Amino acid sequence: MNYFKIIINGIVKENPTFVLLLGMCPTLGTTSSALNGMMMGLATMCVLIVSNFLISLVKKLVPDMVRIPSYIVIIASLVTMLQLCIKAYAPEIDKSLGLFIPLIVVNCIILGRAESFAAKNNPLASIFDGIGIGLGFTCGLTILGSVREILGTGCIFGQTIYSENYGMLLFVLAPGAFLALGYLIAIFNKLKKA
Amino acid sequence: MLLVLTAIAVISGGALAMVNSVTEPQIEKINAENLAAGIKSVMGCAEVVVSQPNTVNKNISYYTVSDASGKSLGWAVQSSENGFGGELQVLVGFDGDGNILGYTILKTAETPGLGAKADTWFQKGAKGDIIGMNPGTSNFTVSKDGGDVDAITASTITSRAFLLSIKNAFDEVVSKQDASSGASTQAKKSVAADSCCGDTIACDSINE
Repeated sequence: MNYFKIIINGIVKENPTFVLLLGMCPTLGTTSSALNGMMMGLATMCVLIVSNFLISLVKKLVPDMVRIPSYIVIIASLVTMLQLCIKAYAPEIDKSLGLFIPLIVVNCIILGRAESFAAKNNPLASIFDGIGIGLGFTCGLTILGSVREILGTGCIFGQTIYSENYGMLLFVLAPGAFLALGYLIAIFNKLKKA
Repeated sequence: MLLVLTAIAVISGGALAMVNSVTEPQIEKINAENLAAGIKSVMGCAEVVVSQPNTVNKNISYYTVSDASGKSLGWAVQSSENGFGGELQVLVGFDGDGNILGYTILKTAETPGLGAKADTWFQKGAKGDIIGMNPGTSNFTVSKDGGDVDAITASTITSRAFLLSIKNAFDEVVSKQDASSGASTQAKKSVAADSCCGDTIACDSINE
């Protein structure tokens, strides 16, 4: 398979946020600002690439009956390692995302890709699938985070665009996340058809 | 089947232990640095000597703080309370008379754009300025409850939790210290006994 195609597939055709609608919990929870969304996307991408690679390496060794527990153990270990590394070397990210990092374990994107891609393809293709889906997820979260941050607080990536007093606070809160996500999915689907 | 699961679990466990041993000292260092910087900023001083932590109860622990010459500056109290989104942990500095010198938020899960404003709202010169107030003599609740402090707009629950945590800190630490003995003797005792974060922390300027 063409590796470039795999990446594009992850970003556009099977975009986890706008098309597959997987991993909605971190999507809605962490996108209160563009930066948080991007960091969460990148963290998920790291785990996804490594887990895809490892799972496609061991796919022949793992009997079908215990594949889900095996995958979960691998994913959970990777996430915990990532969490420790973030705590140790990027305390600023830990402050804003610390709560959500463990949630990557149960992010259906990761197990979903392990099942639907890594378990059927070779390690190299799986890495590219991880990059593609990871980038798709990162883009999705960054866009959603930007929209919410601009509408809610008048900033983007912490840079003020207009006064906070005119911001619609709703968009920083949970209902705004659903609203913004709904509109973004509609726009994305419209653009994809065109 | 069992073998594969066991092997995967053992390898994962080993890898985790390795990463943990590498990152643990670094994480502890960062936590200690954060606390030291926090104490320095809430006491608003150039150099401080901090005692070992004294735990009052599961929500409150405090540090006796003095300057480099051993003169007592007061206490830095770490206090937590349930806010709107979860645990709200503040570090607040009191001088010997129980006046608030400064505060900083150590842990928060408050709503961004609303309750999360607590880290600036109550600072000096801001709308809900509490710096210099004495929880023992002033009416230390939000104005909605008949108190002297303006709550954060649309975040009364966060504001209540914030003020309550400081009030608790005052009640549990400062007022008891005053009752037992003079502040200066207390401070000297713990300076002599200091070890964990007992090193002198230098800071360049006075922080709020």
